[in-house]
Amino acid sequence: MADLSTNIAGIKSPNPFWLASAPPTNSGYQVQRAFEAGWGGAVWKTLGDPILNVSSRFAAVSFNGQKVAGFNNIELITDRPLEVNLKEIYETKKKYPNHAIIASLMVEPKQEKWHEIVKKVEEVGVDGLELNFGCPHGMAERGMGAASGQVPALVEQQTYWVKEVAKTPVIVKLTPNITDITATAEAAVNGGADAISMINTINSLAGVDIETWNTIPHVGGKGAHGGYCGPAVKPIALNMVGECARNSRIGVPISGIGGISNWQDAVEFMLMGSTSVQVCTAAMHHGFRIVEDMIDGLNYYLDRKGIASVNEIIGKSVPKYSDWGDLDLNYQIVAHINNDVCINCNKCHIACEDTSHQCIDMLTGTDGKPYLQVREEDCVGCNLCSIVCPVDGAIDMVEKRNELPPMTWNERQEAIANISYVANSTAK
Amino acid sequence: MKSDRKETLATLKRNFEEVEPPFSKHDALDEANRCLYCYDAPCIQACPTGIDIPSFIKKIATDNLFGSAKTIMSANPVGASCARVCPTEELCEGACVLNHSTKPILIGNLQRYATDWAIKNEATLFHAGKPNGKKVAIIGSGPAGLSAARELARMGYKVTIYEAESEAGGLNTYGIVSFRLPQKISFWEVEQVKKLNVDIVTNTRVGVDISAKEILEQNDAVVLAIGMSSVPELGILGEDLNGVHDAIEFVKETKTAPIHDDLYKKKVAVIGAGNTAIDAATCSVRLGADNVKILYRRTLAEMTAYDFEYEFAKQDGVEFRWLTAPVEILGDEQGKVTGIKCVKMTLSEPGEDGRRRPVPLTDSEFTIEVDAVIKAIGQSRYIDLIEQFEISHDGGVVTIDSETFQTSNSKVFACGDCIFGKGQGEAMVVSAAQQGKASAISIHRSLLKETIETA
Repeated sequence: MADLSTNIAGIKSPNPFWLASAPPTNSGYQVQRAFEAGWGGAVWKTLGDPILNVSSRFAAVSFNGQKVAGFNNIELITDRPLEVNLKEIYETKKKYPNHAIIASLMVEPKQEKWHEIVKKVEEVGVDGLELNFGCPHGMAERGMGAASGQVPALVEQQTYWVKEVAKTPVIVKLTPNITDITATAEAAVNGGADAISMINTINSLAGVDIETWNTIPHVGGKGAHGGYCGPAVKPIALNMVGECARNSRIGVPISGIGGISNWQDAVEFMLMGSTSVQVCTAAMHHGFRIVEDMIDGLNYYLDRKGIASVNEIIGKSVPKYSDWGDLDLNYQIVAHINNDVCINCNKCHIACEDTSHQCIDMLTGTDGKPYLQVREEDCVGCNLCSIVCPVDGAIDMVEKRNELPPMTWNERQEAIANISYVANSTAK
Repeated sequence: MKSDRKETLATLKRNFEEVEPPFSKHDALDEANRCLYCYDAPCIQACPTGIDIPSFIKKIATDNLFGSAKTIMSANPVGASCARVCPTEELCEGACVLNHSTKPILIGNLQRYATDWAIKNEATLFHAGKPNGKKVAIIGSGPAGLSAARELARMGYKVTIYEAESEAGGLNTYGIVSFRLPQKISFWEVEQVKKLNVDIVTNTRVGVDISAKEILEQNDAVVLAIGMSSVPELGILGEDLNGVHDAIEFVKETKTAPIHDDLYKKKVAVIGAGNTAIDAATCSVRLGADNVKILYRRTLAEMTAYDFEYEFAKQDGVEFRWLTAPVEILGDEQGKVTGIKCVKMTLSEPGEDGRRRPVPLTDSEFTIEVDAVIKAIGQSRYIDLIEQFEISHDGGVVTIDSETFQTSNSKVFACGDCIFGKGQGEAMVVSAAQQGKASAISIHRSLLKETIETA
C-alpha cells in the first residue's frame, strides 16, 4: 500500500481527501463522522458573524437522467454562534489529533475583524486557516466573499492582515467568478498566503420552472443567483488549478476543489498541481462513505504504477500544460473506424458532415452491408467523431506520421520574423 | 459419416460453453452507474455472505476493479462462482429497491464482471496471516471447506484440506453444469486458497485413506465440510439396467470426461424436480437428446428447483410431468433401458415437512418410452464418516450449534451441505460459503479462548 499522507504548507493529514467548507462540515458531529469514515481533513464551514439563512437552498441539475450533474446553492456561511463552533472544533481536534481541521473564515474587510477571528480559532487548535474570498452569493452583497475575492488588492490586503497574526498556515480560497484567476492567486501570494485553494462556486441559476415561471430554487416565488459546483464544474476548476500551478509567480501549494467525485478525479487534480483535494457535492449526494473507494482506488492506482507516495504524482502533468502557441502544428492524428466493432449508428458521419470537416463516408460493401470510412486526407483530427461514438473501440484516433519536423506557432512566427529580417537586411 | 459424428460432437461440446455472456465494459459501467448506492442497502442484508454490494458496484463505476473484486471476495471466498450460480432474484437482486420503481440492478452480472477482471489479471487479493502455530484440518474442499480454509489461513492458521476427488472445489468443480459455471472459475477460487499456503491433499478419502482419529489427534480443530453423497436408490425394479444414471455422477461426467454422444437423439426421463434434476435434464438436452422429461411425483408448487432454473429448463425444451411417479424401469434382453412405467399421483394431507404428500391413483399406470433414466431424488449422506468422528447427527444431517457451527465434539465444526436438512441450514453455495466463514471465526474464538485460559 502506498503512503497517502499529505502535507500542504505544513498542514498534515493522513490522506489528501478533505471535505470542503460547506454543509457537510457544519458541526462537530458531522466532521467526526467524516473522520470515522476515513476523510483525512475537513475545512470547517465558514465561520464569521452568524447569518440568517433562507428556506429552499439547494437545486441540482440532472443530465439525461443522471442526478446531480451539477449542484447549486444559496446557503450562506455558518448560522451557528462562533462559540459553539469553536467548542466543537476543539473537541473534534482533541478526538482526532491526526486529522486536519482547517477553519474557513469570512469577516468584513477590516484588519481588527480578521485579527480577532484568527486569534479565536487558533486558540482552539486548528491546523490551518482558509480565507473564504469566494462565496459568490449573499455574503458578496455585503462586501465579503467573492466581492473581496474579485479585487486583487483586497485579497492581498486581507491576506496580509491575517498573516500579521496567524501562527498556522494560511490558505486563500479563490473565486472562479473572475476573468483571470492567476491575478487573485498572485495577490494572495503577495499578501503572504502559504497556499491557495480553488475553486469556490460559480455564479449560477439552476433552472426555471417552465410551468410556474419560478426560479429553481425559489424562496416564496423569488430567486437569487447561487453558486454552482459538482461534476459539471470540474473542467473549469481543473484549468484554474493548472493555470495557477504553471505560473511561476504563484509558487505555493494548491488545494484543488471543483467536482471531485472519485479517486480518478482526485488523481487528475493532483497531477495538475493540487497537493490535497476538497470534496463536497459527491459527499452530499452519497454520504461520507464515498471516501472509502477514494482511498482504496488511489491506493491501487499508486500500487499499479509502482509509486510509493501520493506526493510523487503532484504536478506531474503541469509541464504538459502549456500555451496554444507552444503546440506542435505538424503533429497529426486521424480517425480510424473499426468496422467490426462499429454498430452503424452513423452518428460520427452526421457529426462530421454537418459540424466538422465532411470526411466520413457512408458506403455499402460488396456484401450489401453499410459501412463507414474516413477519408484520411481530409480528416483534421478534431476528435468529434470519437466523442459522439457510443461504442468503446469503434473509433480510434491514430497518429499519422509525416515528414515535417515539429513546429509550434511561436517557432513559426519567430522563423518568419527572421526571414523578413534577413530579407530586409539583404534588400538594404 | 465419420466426419458427421465429429461435427456432432463438436456441436455438443459447444453446448456446454457458458450460456450467459459476460458484461462488456459498457454494460458494466451503465449498470454500475444505475445503482443508487443505497445506504444500509437491502441487497447487503439479502446476501448470506453480506457482500458490501453498493461499494463493489461503486468501485466498478470508478474503474477500481481490484478494489471491487477484493470487496466481493473478502466477504465471499467463492464470490466468482456465486456471481454465476446464486439465485440472485431470490437474494440481492430480489431485495434491490429498484424493484419498486424500475428494474433491479443486475448484481450477479456486475459481480461476475469484477471477479472476471481479477481472474484475467491474476490479481493477488489476499495474503496469509502471520502463522499462529495452530493447525486446522478441513474435510472437503467444496464452497464451505474452501471458505473456512481461506478465512483461517488469513488469520494465520496452518490449514490442511483433505479432498477425496482428484481436484478441489467440490460441488463447484464437479456438480454445477459447465454452461453455468465453467470449471476454470472454481479452479481459480481453489488457487486463491492455495496461495495462502493451504495444503490441499487430493485423492484422499478421510475414513479410508486416513482415519478420523488421526485427523483429530493431529489438529487443533477440524472442519467437516463433506457435503452429501450419491443419489439414493429409487427402490424400484430395473434400477440396475444399463442406461440408469445417478444425476450427480451424470453431471460430473460432463465436467470431467470428453463430451459424448450416447444420448444423441435419445429420449431421457429425469426423476425428481430439484436443481440437480434440472441440471441433469438440461445437460441431457445439450448432449443432443431428442426428448427430455422431468417426472415429479408432486406438482409445480412443491418443486424445489429455483424459478430461474425451471424457466431455463423450459427454454431448453424440457417437458415436465407433474404428479408422476416411477414404479419400474423397463429393459430389453440386453439389459438396456427401453421405458419407464409410471403411476399418476394425487396430493393428500401435508406430511412432516409441511409439503402435501403424494399418493398413487389406482389403475393409473402408464409407460413412457425412454432410452435413459436419470435419478435426481436428493442425495444420501456420509453417515459412516460422520460416525467415525463420533459426532451427533440426525439421519446423516450433522447436528450443530446454530451460532458456532460446533458439533457435539467441541473440536469439530461442520458447515455446508452436511448440515443441511431436517429444517437446518440452506442448500445454496453462498450459504455454504458463509457457514465456512462463520466456522472459521468460531474456531478462532474457541482457540483464542483456549490460549487466553492457558496463558
